Amino acid sequence: MSTMEPVKKVTIVISKGGLEHVYPGLIMANGARMEGIEADVFFTFFGLDAIIKSRMDKLKVATVGNPGMRFPNGMAMPTMMGMVPGMSSFVTKMMQKEMDQLDIPPISEFLEMISDAGGGIYACKATVEMFHLNERDFCDQLNEVITVGEFYEKSAGAQIIFT
Amino acid sequence: MTTKEMAGTQVELDNDGHLKDFKTWNENIAPELAKEEGIDALTDRHWAVINFMRKEYEATQTAPTMRKITKQSGVGTKEFYELFPKGPARKAAKIGGLPKPKGCI
Repeated sequence: MSTMEPVKKVTIVISKGGLEHVYPGLIMANGARMEGIEADVFFTFFGLDAIIKSRMDKLKVATVGNPGMRFPNGMAMPTMMGMVPGMSSFVTKMMQKEMDQLDIPPISEFLEMISDAGGGIYACKATVEMFHLNERDFCDQLNEVITVGEFYEKSAGAQIIFT
Repeated sequence: MTTKEMAGTQVELDNDGHLKDFKTWNENIAPELAKEEGIDALTDRHWAVINFMRKEYEATQTAPTMRKITKQSGVGTKEFYELFPKGPARKAAKIGGLPKPKGCI
């Protein structure tokens, strides 16, 4: 590894809106900044929920269609159980509790951290139009709504990571 | 592992170049460690972070997370990155004589 070129810049694309889809991207972006690596985060499709003011702190874990789900005791959760009303909220609460213990902040605070650390926050123009969203729907940390072309321009020299 | 003379005393360094034992650190070593990290002068604001991190480390045996530092040391995220550019938590830990932080946040 020592002879390899270190990573200098990353662009992380967050395309899904489940809690378990958004956090990995945010942790990677923040972690990049902590290592002195340039980082931008590009939110698209349902990932946009993570930067919409009224939704960002209400994201939930997807319990349906998630074969990795387990009960706290480690037992596999049958897929059907994921459909039980309130299951998603329950699992989300459990996960948030664990994250809080690791000092992982809520989404809104995490975005503030990344933005203050110099990370760029961008939203996908096509999705904003498709979902009829407005710039005022977004959190203050949003730098810009950009096209896919602008996304590639901004990503010059970066490794692009799609999540 | 290597031994190095810093501020007139012999200190042991780990493989990451951090002090092996945080107790071998003193305030005269900090500026020398800072120079290695490209920081020429330590201001009061640098010291606010370093002292906070050492205090936390002493109490918990782990370096505080980024979130804890920026919420409780009196130095916010933006300023932290300005004071210790390119890797604030790691650099501040090194200058403060602490091992490389192990957390992801």
